[in-house]
Amino acid sequence: MMSRFSTLGLDRVSRDFGGHTALEELTLDIAGGEFVALLGPSGCGKSTALNCLAGLLPLTGGAILLDGERIDSIAPERRGFGMVFQNYALFPHLTVRGNVAFGLKMARVPKADIVRRTDRALETVQLTGHAHRRPGQLSGGQQQRVAIARAIVLEPRLVLMDEPLSNLDASLRLEMRTEIRRLHQSLGLTTVYVTHDQEEALSLADRLVVLRDGVTQQIGTPGEVYGRPANRYVAAFMGYRNMLDVTVTAARGARLSLDLAGARITGLGRAPLSAGDRAVAALRPEDLEPAADGPARGIPAAVEVVEYHGREFAVQARLGDGRPVHFRTARRPAPGDAVELTADPERVLVFPPDVPAALGASRPGRRPGGSPRLRAVTP
Amino acid sequence: MTRVREHPPPPGAAPRASASRARPALRHRLAERGVDRTLLLLAPGAVFLVLLFCYPFLYGLQLSFQPQRGGGALANYRAFFGDPYLRETVWITLGLAVPVALVNCLAAVPVAFRTRGPFRGRRLITTLLVMPITLGTVLTAQGLLGYLGPGGWLNKTLLATGITDTPLELVHNYWGVFASLVITGFPFSYLLTLSYLTGIDPGLEQAAATLGASKRQRFRHVTLPLLAPGLAVTFCLSFVLAFAVFPSAQLVGDPRGETHVISIEAYQAAFQKFDYSLGSAIAMVMAAVMTAVVLVVLAWRSMLYRGATGGKG
Amino acid sequence: MSGTPEDPGAPEVPGTPGTSEAPTAPGAPATPGRPRRARRTRPVHPVRRVRRLRPGAWVTVLVFGFFFVNLAGVVGVPLVDSFGTRWFTSWLPEGWTTKWYGSAWREFSLGQVFWTTALVSVLVVAVSLAIGVPAAYALARRDFPGKRIVMLLFLLPILVPPITYGIPLATVLYKFQLAGTLTGVVLANLVPSAPFVVLTMTPFIEQIDPRIEAAARMCGARTASVLLRIIAPLLLPGILAASVLVLVRTVGMFELTFLTAGPDSQTLIVALYYAVFSAGIRTQQSIDAMAVMYTLSMLVLLVIALRFVNPTQLVTRVKEDRTAG
Repeated sequence: MMSRFSTLGLDRVSRDFGGHTALEELTLDIAGGEFVALLGPSGCGKSTALNCLAGLLPLTGGAILLDGERIDSIAPERRGFGMVFQNYALFPHLTVRGNVAFGLKMARVPKADIVRRTDRALETVQLTGHAHRRPGQLSGGQQQRVAIARAIVLEPRLVLMDEPLSNLDASLRLEMRTEIRRLHQSLGLTTVYVTHDQEEALSLADRLVVLRDGVTQQIGTPGEVYGRPANRYVAAFMGYRNMLDVTVTAARGARLSLDLAGARITGLGRAPLSAGDRAVAALRPEDLEPAADGPARGIPAAVEVVEYHGREFAVQARLGDGRPVHFRTARRPAPGDAVELTADPERVLVFPPDVPAALGASRPGRRPGGSPRLRAVTP
Repeated sequence: MTRVREHPPPPGAAPRASASRARPALRHRLAERGVDRTLLLLAPGAVFLVLLFCYPFLYGLQLSFQPQRGGGALANYRAFFGDPYLRETVWITLGLAVPVALVNCLAAVPVAFRTRGPFRGRRLITTLLVMPITLGTVLTAQGLLGYLGPGGWLNKTLLATGITDTPLELVHNYWGVFASLVITGFPFSYLLTLSYLTGIDPGLEQAAATLGASKRQRFRHVTLPLLAPGLAVTFCLSFVLAFAVFPSAQLVGDPRGETHVISIEAYQAAFQKFDYSLGSAIAMVMAAVMTAVVLVVLAWRSMLYRGATGGKG
Repeated sequence: MSGTPEDPGAPEVPGTPGTSEAPTAPGAPATPGRPRRARRTRPVHPVRRVRRLRPGAWVTVLVFGFFFVNLAGVVGVPLVDSFGTRWFTSWLPEGWTTKWYGSAWREFSLGQVFWTTALVSVLVVAVSLAIGVPAAYALARRDFPGKRIVMLLFLLPILVPPITYGIPLATVLYKFQLAGTLTGVVLANLVPSAPFVVLTMTPFIEQIDPRIEAAARMCGARTASVLLRIIAPLLLPGILAASVLVLVRTVGMFELTFLTAGPDSQTLIVALYYAVFSAGIRTQQSIDAMAVMYTLSMLVLLVIALRFVNPTQLVTRVKEDRTAG
């Protein structure tokens, strides 16, 4: 019954909304069995891309090809894709069983098969005992499982998931994440997964597509996107919280010597840069640490705010010129302490300054407490 | 999230194809603006209303300029405004409708305010308040004639308790119609006020309470300003209902004198004298007067805050 | 029906997953995004619990009392009269009887009148649903150029009092020889009823998350299946509510029926009016009996209506351009 495909091609898929381009020429090839995540902040076009793929939104440009055959003009109900919605979109008047069996009924599957396949799907998501409940009587996590069962019971060629975990609380989210990964491993269903949570995307997907304002920023494996972000925007989104304006003082290939408000550091250029260029050094807080006592050769900074994070402390400090910098340390510093910060040159990524990293400030990964507002609190 | 459109393509991003896309098909462009086949569902209703609401209205307007007895296009209007007996109907009707609408609105606010929250017996109370809708004009009229009449229970009580010496004259005059309009109109203004009131987020009042506002201050400075636009609409609807008073003016009023309202004249012209043209003209005058009053109230309303009230959408 | 004031006529859908705003979803945990809001409002609640009679409350009690006492008087007089033998100047009639109901039934041929009323009402309900529900769906789901004008077209017949447009409408119906017939009465009554269905149904439709329709499509359901298996069951409470409300309004609609009905197409309320006007020959009591019968049937309808809808929907629901949420 399950029909596999070898490639699903998105060829310059675009979508405008009355003059506003929500998605601009997304080109992507998805292999059968692959798990692809579309990642970006809200409004970046990731859900638009998913809805275009589902057929719920017509394209304004480009084509979607399934094994070379155009499918973008086919109605959503005839594409044979399954979809999990952000708010689950369960049919409130049907029982759990009715929800899961709905697609099979639509496909006019024989009654006995409906029962058998529904049972199996409910078993897969561990909801056998709740088959006769209505969605309103279920918890968020259970509703989520119903939505997943409803999407996979038809063994669709492609499963689309639109931020399926964003309505769950933190612990349930982790649990369901593992669940989704497990389902993908055991059923091998090709999946396109939309999320704004980079941790979710990194942990689930085989490949990531990072979007911003409808424009594709980077396509790559989790390792590539995490370790080698294509531009400072992707870097900011992947948790490179420190975006420091620097001047290149010397360049030897990709290895750059940088001047940071008088301090000298070395970093890895992610684009051609030469001596004299202004640039941005991107650094994760966890890659920046205070130097041990001794001849200090790091960036001088003054500790301002200290947050306890269990195994370590998250610290906001200020550079000599007043710019904030974030780092992690195992030893508790006191506000006002002077520190010298050092970093592995391999982990200092240097980007040209021309992409505004508007997202760096407002979406600093998933760590709490880093909001710029906190600066005013401490003396 | 910022949605900056004009930014240079980032390095390392998928190259932006410079070839301009073909303009999307008309059907798609229309669909983008919300015009698609779903709108056909509107067609039966719209056609029906154009045929049975707009067309008759325009037909009546046109008819009103073609007097049956000749005398030029404006003869009907001249006849209406030239005759003091006819002209007076506008003032009589306004004199009924404005006070009735005011009383209904003002009485509805405290009652709705009391009954908005959940309490035991709320269902019964609201049902009782809404019940007069079921009475119908005739029962109300019969009841008023009997109850408020010279020998009715009210006058009997007043006389028995010595509050008055002579029976009050409450029917077959202005007050009979007034009472009838309040009884039938109050449930509407109450329900409307209630629905506006429940649309205001109770959190706002609680917030004001935490800021030290007393109950009266909260009502005066939080609830009332948010309710005022709704009250304006309520007033308009009560006014319009009362302005079109017809059967009760005949049954409990004094249809040739104190309650000689405009709708009686319109009806008699059209269906008793069979002067459809004059009847239409009077109906148009009615519509014009109502529109004028409603516009005045709505103009006042437009000066009020009319944004979200935080409650139900 | 839950009957909470916050969601007028919410379809009986326990915890519709589509409305994450709805705080009433039983068993559904608070959305992770907003637990703080719930925590913030809770401690303030006890403030509202205190309900003692303050001066403002006395005013309300007085308004209530005055209204109900007089209402009781107004309703009581015809009710007592319809059961009384002779009643002139005393507090109560001299004796009691039920004969007026029988004589009213015969005198005013109420069998015929009730039949006409039922027929007109059922026809009006059926046609206005057929016209109104699709229109409400389109208005709830689509934003299109000129929507405001269409909305106005659907609002005006409810806002404008029937007598104003009833006179030209009756004139037109006379012109096409429809006035005086059952068809004419039904057509005239449809003018406010169809828009009323639109207004009543729109919030019900808006409450159904469009993504539920999308989900049905993704499950392979064609348009017909989506309408039949998803939309229709979810709209059933709304459709019932709209039907009962239109029924109440039609039975109670005096002006339009009065202006368009002929002797054979009078509904109960119009027959009552004519009965009063030819009262010279009739006895007061049988008119009162007839009025009581009318009120009783309306009361039954109203009680049924209140089972389905929040009472605030009985009147025109003027939808404001509220942008809350």
